[in-house]
Amino acid sequence: MKTTRTFAAALVAGTALTFAALPSDAAAEKVLTVGMTAADIPRTLGQPDQGFEGNRFTGIPIYDSLTQWDLSVADGPSVLIPGVATSWAVDPDDTTKWIFELRDGVTFHDGSPFNAEAVVWNVEKVLDEEAPHFDASQVGVTASRMPTLRSARVIDEMTVELTTSEPDAFLPLNLTNLFMASPSHWQAKYDETGDAESAWTAFAADPSGSGPFRVTSFTPRERLELEANPDYWDEKRIPQIDRVVLIPMPEANARTAALLSGQVDWIEAPSPDAIPQIESRGFVIHANAQPHVWPWQLSFLEDSPWQDIRVRHAANLCINRGELQAFLGGLMAIPVGTVGPDHPWWGDPEFQISYDPDTARELMEEAGYSAENPVRVKVQTSASGSGQMQPIPMNEYVQQSLRDCYFDVELDVLEWNTLFTNWRRGADDPTADGAHAINVSFAAMDPFFAMVRFTSTSTFPPVSNNWGYFGNDEFDALIADARTSFDDAERDAALARLHKRIVEEAPFVWIAHDVGPRAMSPRVENVVQPRSWFIDIATMTLAD
Amino acid sequence: MLRYLVYRVVYAIPILLGVALVCFALVHISPGDPLISVLPADASVELQQRLLVIYGFDRSYPEQFILWLGRALSGDLGTSIASGRPVATEVFRAVGNTLLLAAVATVIGFFLGCLFGFVAGYFSNSWVDKAASTLAVLGVSVPHYWLGMVLVIIFSAQLGWLPATGAGPGGSGQWKWDWVHFQFLILPAVTMSVIPMGIVARTVRALVADILAQDFVTGLRAKGLGDLGVFFHVVKNAAPTALAVMGLQLGYLLGGSILIETVFSWPGTGMLLNTAIFQRDLPLLQGTILVLALFFVFLNLLVDVVQTALDPRIQRS
Repeated sequence: MKTTRTFAAALVAGTALTFAALPSDAAAEKVLTVGMTAADIPRTLGQPDQGFEGNRFTGIPIYDSLTQWDLSVADGPSVLIPGVATSWAVDPDDTTKWIFELRDGVTFHDGSPFNAEAVVWNVEKVLDEEAPHFDASQVGVTASRMPTLRSARVIDEMTVELTTSEPDAFLPLNLTNLFMASPSHWQAKYDETGDAESAWTAFAADPSGSGPFRVTSFTPRERLELEANPDYWDEKRIPQIDRVVLIPMPEANARTAALLSGQVDWIEAPSPDAIPQIESRGFVIHANAQPHVWPWQLSFLEDSPWQDIRVRHAANLCINRGELQAFLGGLMAIPVGTVGPDHPWWGDPEFQISYDPDTARELMEEAGYSAENPVRVKVQTSASGSGQMQPIPMNEYVQQSLRDCYFDVELDVLEWNTLFTNWRRGADDPTADGAHAINVSFAAMDPFFAMVRFTSTSTFPPVSNNWGYFGNDEFDALIADARTSFDDAERDAALARLHKRIVEEAPFVWIAHDVGPRAMSPRVENVVQPRSWFIDIATMTLAD
Repeated sequence: MLRYLVYRVVYAIPILLGVALVCFALVHISPGDPLISVLPADASVELQQRLLVIYGFDRSYPEQFILWLGRALSGDLGTSIASGRPVATEVFRAVGNTLLLAAVATVIGFFLGCLFGFVAGYFSNSWVDKAASTLAVLGVSVPHYWLGMVLVIIFSAQLGWLPATGAGPGGSGQWKWDWVHFQFLILPAVTMSVIPMGIVARTVRALVADILAQDFVTGLRAKGLGDLGVFFHVVKNAAPTALAVMGLQLGYLLGGSILIETVFSWPGTGMLLNTAIFQRDLPLLQGTILVLALFFVFLNLLVDVVQTALDPRIQRS
C-alpha cells in the first residue's frame, strides 16, 4: 500500500514537473509565430516562390522593392507608393526608358549601401544570362511578372534607367515584384564557395536585403526566424516585434490545432469549418476583400453558348452571391467586376452585376432558352488548389443557382496542376475536353494580370491566359492606350475605361472575391488587413 | 553465411536498377509541368522554352535518365527545382527525421504488438484474447491520419498537453533528447505505431497459439519446465517471424507516412514527398524515392540475415 502511495505521489510530482517544463513564451522578448499554408519556407534569396504567400513572408519583410503597395489602409484599395525609389518618370524622348531616383541612406542588412549599381545587379540576376550572378531559378517567378523589362543602366550613384521592350506604363506596378538583394553579400558568398549556384544556395541560407526584418536562422522546410531591423529607413515601419518565426503548415487542421494549442500566434487560411471554434476560443479572424478573383472564364469559340452576350449577362445575374457568402461563413466578398467601385480602375460600367433572376430568365428566353430547352455548358475546375477557395461546393452552388435560369451545367473536375497547365493551352486544346468555361482563380494586383492577359488578342494561348480567346480591336486599342499612358492618373483612367468595357462585355462570370482570412491570437495588435494579397508585419505589435 | 550475404547483395543490384528506372518513368509520365514551381502559368512561351533548356527538360527521356543515373551513382542526386538546394542534403535531413520518428514508433508498435499478441495467444479464445485482438484489429483498421487528428484535437487543441506540430521548439536541427523536444514526438509516434502494433499483434497471436499447441511444448511441460521456461521457448520460436514482420513494417515506416507527417508537420520523407509531388519537383521526387527504395532493399536484406542467424532451420542458398 505504501509502495502504491509512493508511486502515485511520484507520478503526480513527475507530471507536474513535466508540464512545468512545457515551453512557455519568453517573458521579455516579443516573438510572433506564424503558421503559413506553404509546405516549405518560400525561397529567401530575393525572389520568393510559392506565389504571393512567398512575397508576403519572405519578400516584403526581408527585402525592399523600388515601388511597393500601400499596406497601411484597410478601407480602401491598396495603391502603389514609393519604395526604395523616391520617384520615377518615363523618358519623354524614348518611352521605353524609365528613370528612377533612388532613396538616400538605405543600407542592406550586411551594411553595404543601396544604390544604382545594386538595382542594375538585381535586374541582371534574372535577365542577363552572361552576368556572373545570373540565377535561372529566379527567372521564372520574376520575368513573368515584369514581362517587358529588358535591362538596367546606372545614370549616377542614385539614379537608374530601366529599359522595356515596348512602351509600358505598367512597369512601376510590376516592379513591386523585384526585390533588392545585397550584391556585396552575394559576392562574399561567391568568394567563399567559388561558383554562382553554390553562392546563391549560401545566400538563401543567410540572406541580406534591406527590409524591416533580417534573417537570423533558417531550417529548410521547418522554420525561418527573422529579427527586427532597428535601422530600417522607414521610421513608420521599424518593427515593434523582436522576432518573427515562420513555420510551414500545409495542412489546415494542423494549423488550427497549432493555433488553439498556443503553438503559433497566427495562421493563414483557417478552414471555414474551424472558424466558429477559433472565434469561440477568443482568437480573431482578419479578412478583407482581396484582389483575388474567383470566376468562370468563358470560351468564345464558335460552338460556345457564351458567344451570346445575353447568356453571359444572364449567368452573371443568376447567382445569389449573398447566399453563397453565408454558405462560406462570410469568407468571400461579393464581386461587381474584377475590381470594385472604389478602385481607380472601376470605370462605372453600365452593366451592373447583381442577383436578378427575373431579368436573367428574360435574357435567356430572348436568347431562345427555357426550362425545357436549357443551355448546356461544361466547366473545368479543380478539387482543390492554391487560391481556389472551396471549388467543389462553390461550383455546385453555382450549378444549382444557374439551373433556375435555364443553364444545365456539367462540372469537369481535374487535379489542380493539370487544370493550371490546361489554362495556358486554351479552350480549343484537347485538354479542354469541350469545356465552355474554366474556373481558375487569379490575382488582380496589377493591370496585366487583372485584365490585359484575359482580353488582348496578343495573349491568346499559348502566349498567356486568354483561355477563351476573348478580344478584338476595341480591347486591343484600350489596352494600348493604358500601356502608353505614363501619367499615373491618365493610366488609371485608361484602365478604368478598359475595366468598364470588360464588365459590360462579361468575358467572365464573376462569382466571388477571396477575403484572405487569417486567424490571430488577440495578443497580436495593430493588425491592418489591407485589400491586398499582402500584409505588413512590421507595423504590428504584440501585447505582453 | 558469407556466401548467402554476397548472394543477397548481388541480388539487390538489379532490383535497385529496376527501382531507379521505374521511379524515373513514373515521375516523368505523370501529368503536369516540371517547371511549375519556378514558372507561373502566365509566363511567356519564350521564357518557358528558355527554362526547359536551362533545366535540361528539353532532352530525350533516355538521355535525361542516363544523366540522372550517372550523377546519382556518384552521389549527386541533383538540385531541387523548387528550393534550389541539393537533393541529397534535403533527402538525408528528412531521412534522419523520419528515422527518429520511425524508430520510436517501431519500439512502441513492437512492444505493444508483442504484448497484445502474447496475451491473446496465451489466453486464446478467452475475453482477454478478444479484447487484445479487438485492439489489434482497430490498430490495423483505423485510418491513422484520422487518429492523428483526433489525438491532436484532444491532447493539443483541447487539453494543451502536447504540441500539435513540428519537430521541436527550434526545429529538427536543434533536436535534443529532453522532454521539451521529446514531447513533439509523442503524438506522431503513437499514431504511426498503431498499424505495426496491430499487424505484429495479430501475427504473434497466431504464432503463439500455434506454438503452444505443438508437441514440443507438451514435452517441455512433461519434463517439468515452469511457465517462465516455456514462455522463453515460445518467444524464441516466435521471434524470427515476428522480427521479419516488424522489419518490413520498419521499412514502411522509414518510407515515412505522407499523411501522418503532413498532419503533424513532421519534416520527414513523407512530408518531403508530399511537397515534391505538389510542386512537381522532379529531381527531389526521384531522389527521395530512390533513397527510400535503397533503404527498403537494405532493410529487407538485414532482416533476412538476422532471421537466418536467429533460426538455423532457415536454409537459403
